[in-house]
Amino acid sequence: MEDVIGYVHSVETGGIVDGPGLRYVVFTTGCPLRCLYCHNPDTMKMKSGTETSAYALLKDIATYRDYFKAGGGGLTISGGEPMAQKEFLKVLMWGARQMGVHVTVDTSGYMHKNLDDETLKLADLYLLDIKSFLPQTYKKVTGVEIEPTLQFAKRLEALGIDVWIRFVLVPDLTDDLENIEGVAKFCSELSNVKRVDVLPFHKMGEHKWQEMGKKYELSETRQPELEETEAARDIFRKYGLKTY
Amino acid sequence: MGVHQDIKQVTDTNLPFLSDDTPAAYKGFVKGDWNKEVDVRNFIQLNYTPYEGGKDFLAGPTEATTKLWDEVLELMKEENKKGVLDADTEVVSTITSHAPGYIDQALEKIVGLQTDAPLKRALMPYGGLKMAIAALESNGYEISEETKKIFEHRKTHNDGVFDVYTPEIRRARSSGIVTGLPDAYGRGRIIGDYRRVALYGIDFLVKDKKAQLASLDGNALTENVLRLREEINEQIRALGELKAMAASYGFDISKPAETAQEAVQWLYIAYLAAIKEQNGAAMSLGRTTTFLDIYFQRDIDAGLITEADAQEMMDHFVMKLRMVRFMRTPDYNALFSGDPVWVTESIGGMGMDGRTLVTKSSFRVLQTLINLGPAPEPNLTVLWSEHMPKGFKDYCSEISIKTSSVQYENDDLMRAYWGDDYGIACCVSAMAIGKQMQFFGARANLAKALLYAINGGKDEKTGKQVGPLTKPITADVLDWNELAPLFDQMMDWIAKVYVSALNCIHYSHDKYNYERIEMALHDRDILRTMACGIAGLSVVADSISAIKNAKVKVIRNEEGLAVDYEIEGDFPCFGNNDDAVDEIAEDIVKTFMGKIKNQNFYRDAMPTQSVLTITSNVVYGKKTGSTPDGRKAGEPFAPGANPMHGRDKKGAVASMKSLCKLPYEFSQDGISYTFSIIPAALGKDEAERIENMSNLLDGYMHDMGHHINVNVFDRATLEDAMDKPELYPQLTVRVSGYAVNFIKLTREQQLDVINRTFHGQR
Repeated sequence: MEDVIGYVHSVETGGIVDGPGLRYVVFTTGCPLRCLYCHNPDTMKMKSGTETSAYALLKDIATYRDYFKAGGGGLTISGGEPMAQKEFLKVLMWGARQMGVHVTVDTSGYMHKNLDDETLKLADLYLLDIKSFLPQTYKKVTGVEIEPTLQFAKRLEALGIDVWIRFVLVPDLTDDLENIEGVAKFCSELSNVKRVDVLPFHKMGEHKWQEMGKKYELSETRQPELEETEAARDIFRKYGLKTY
Repeated sequence: MGVHQDIKQVTDTNLPFLSDDTPAAYKGFVKGDWNKEVDVRNFIQLNYTPYEGGKDFLAGPTEATTKLWDEVLELMKEENKKGVLDADTEVVSTITSHAPGYIDQALEKIVGLQTDAPLKRALMPYGGLKMAIAALESNGYEISEETKKIFEHRKTHNDGVFDVYTPEIRRARSSGIVTGLPDAYGRGRIIGDYRRVALYGIDFLVKDKKAQLASLDGNALTENVLRLREEINEQIRALGELKAMAASYGFDISKPAETAQEAVQWLYIAYLAAIKEQNGAAMSLGRTTTFLDIYFQRDIDAGLITEADAQEMMDHFVMKLRMVRFMRTPDYNALFSGDPVWVTESIGGMGMDGRTLVTKSSFRVLQTLINLGPAPEPNLTVLWSEHMPKGFKDYCSEISIKTSSVQYENDDLMRAYWGDDYGIACCVSAMAIGKQMQFFGARANLAKALLYAINGGKDEKTGKQVGPLTKPITADVLDWNELAPLFDQMMDWIAKVYVSALNCIHYSHDKYNYERIEMALHDRDILRTMACGIAGLSVVADSISAIKNAKVKVIRNEEGLAVDYEIEGDFPCFGNNDDAVDEIAEDIVKTFMGKIKNQNFYRDAMPTQSVLTITSNVVYGKKTGSTPDGRKAGEPFAPGANPMHGRDKKGAVASMKSLCKLPYEFSQDGISYTFSIIPAALGKDEAERIENMSNLLDGYMHDMGHHINVNVFDRATLEDAMDKPELYPQLTVRVSGYAVNFIKLTREQQLDVINRTFHGQR
């Protein structure tokens, strides 16, 4: 595969939350979603960030391989929405796979139709954000339709590729019981969901919105109590899902 | 464990995004510190492929190999008849002194000879002109007048030593209480890191040496700094000569080797430079096969060569190592019998990270004993670890049973001292490759020291006062309480005289016969050990045991000198796993090491000790009168740390267990044990014999035995070989620390080997 230039916000070499083991996380820029709670709003804009050669990134990733081996770590491509730069994503996945490095893609799945099956198979694991189950809520949170995301989850199941589901619990926005049950039930019907992460909403991204001169819609929203988060997790557990 | 291996496979796939300006020589290699500085171990660790399988992959000899080896065998047959095939009487050997030499150039995959013709011995007078002349004359040659004249104006190592020896040292030397000292021949036992030439090429190494020189610029010019400055400049010069010599064979070794063939050739040509320049008593190769394996594997993976090609290179390389020759005098041959040169190659072992250092090339080098038949050289030394893969252990056992050409040393023991990139110099001396050298020190005769203690410092053979004047024992029966303090005092004296002699020798050797090319392949700052040694350990232990447990009567001559002993009653002997005497042996090792440590050492060397005699146990015995253990005057000592012949009566394992009690901590230059067993005692069929041999070795190493020579044959075979040597041109036996062509031994030494304990023979 030829080298390609992509747009990168930043990299994190000591990532431990974006997939198994120690991760080298590439944050690409550009995202079609406008999630209210987005903590990386500075990655939303297309063609922002640093122009970066995929080969150069892969060469750098190569130097971290010893660290990946213990605990099954590897490369995570996150964003932004990695699928917004499909050629760049493809070269990164292919290169990492060539090196025997585990590949994870952190995505909303919204743009999955841009990628053919062969390309999707280049990743070992997808971290799929299902931001809500109720279509209206989903639209409210993200600004886009939910359907592509759910389709993507099923497509991965058909391809036999593992998925970790992520769900962000936001009081008064996504914490409706029906909404949570919906995600949980959907997940439980998929054979490839290996794990669910329920992430309590936090405001660590708020200052970024302000710095960008944008309005942060959730300034008044509180962070969920520990018990609330646990209760949400229990709902997933009730459906037999391994949940953190 | 698998981590590095995975990485390696990955880099081999030649990924476009990993391509950079890596020179062709390093394509496919994992980068690391070795790219920035001279660090061969780092290269090996990052790039080698451990091999856990069996021997199935191995290839037999190619047609070219067989043809070439037949030609060499013809030459060797001729040599056996004449003693020496040919000798240079005119050209003093240097790295560049001789035009390229070949056996049969069209067939040779690896080339290079010491002189311009195979088995033609070089003239090397820097150790001592007298020795060189004597060596030529004893073989019917005469040095050219012109060369002799030049060397009359050139001081040699031998001249230097005798300028500084004290009268006391000379007395001790001629009485034989210290013997075999390297004061008239090259000291050897220095291993150049010949791998560096293959990995880096000469230009990089010269650059590194120049940086070392520059690093000394700011120092006060003390004697140490001045000497080092001069030495580094000599090293740089020698590297230049090595490059020129390689060029005469058509190789540009200024750059690193790009292929397996080049790697083997570059490495060999570097070793060749060393043996062109130095006729050291042991010119060991190091630990090269796992290093070379990286190159073989790369070329095999790339489809450039096949297994047969790899084996052919190994066979041709080893053939060259079998042809290393030096001119020696009869005196020297008496000490070190059968033309040994100790091209010791250390094989296998385990890495610090728990991966085995066994590679396919560990098998390939042993396979040469099958493809070319048994041979004493190179001195193939397996660094045995209990943790090595079974496939390799069993292959070693099989080869030992078939050829008796392999020795084993305890990697689990030595790794803790010397890391995982050490090699064996000579027989048992471990040293970190390129980071350490030793000042070879032959040995002190402790059996004779015991007799001196009895005779008040007088020599039991000549009656001369050689040692300090002490009160001689006058009682009719020896009493250990009376003798012990006198023996202790005599050991104090011998330790002092002995180490003084070694200081003289190495001061002079550095000055007049410096190992330029070998030291060029070392780091700037190295660890130097002063390798002292003892002979007659089992004689002394059994003597003390006899004095303590039986009645030892003294027989004196007319001058009152104790010359013989009569023993009434039984006493435990070393070699039967009996603490009553084994602890005496252990104590002697510790005590004498303690006395050595109290001395001062040239160049701040670290003192070590060996229990090793090589074949000099025969000569030491000759020079030593009767001893209180019942050994008669002139009879050989046991070799190395062996029990006395025939006194280990409880079989192989008890004998081994006694050996294992000798403490390596106090004998870090090695503890040599030579072991012979008859095939029938090992098992009913080959599979059983292999299994049992591997188990014996595992047990011995587990018990912290240090070294073992393994011989598997019948006494009858040896007796037949004595009668009909022409039928046994390649019969190889392991003696103390090396292997030798049985038919090349003197008759005396052949008998000594035959009289050894053969386990299993009742």
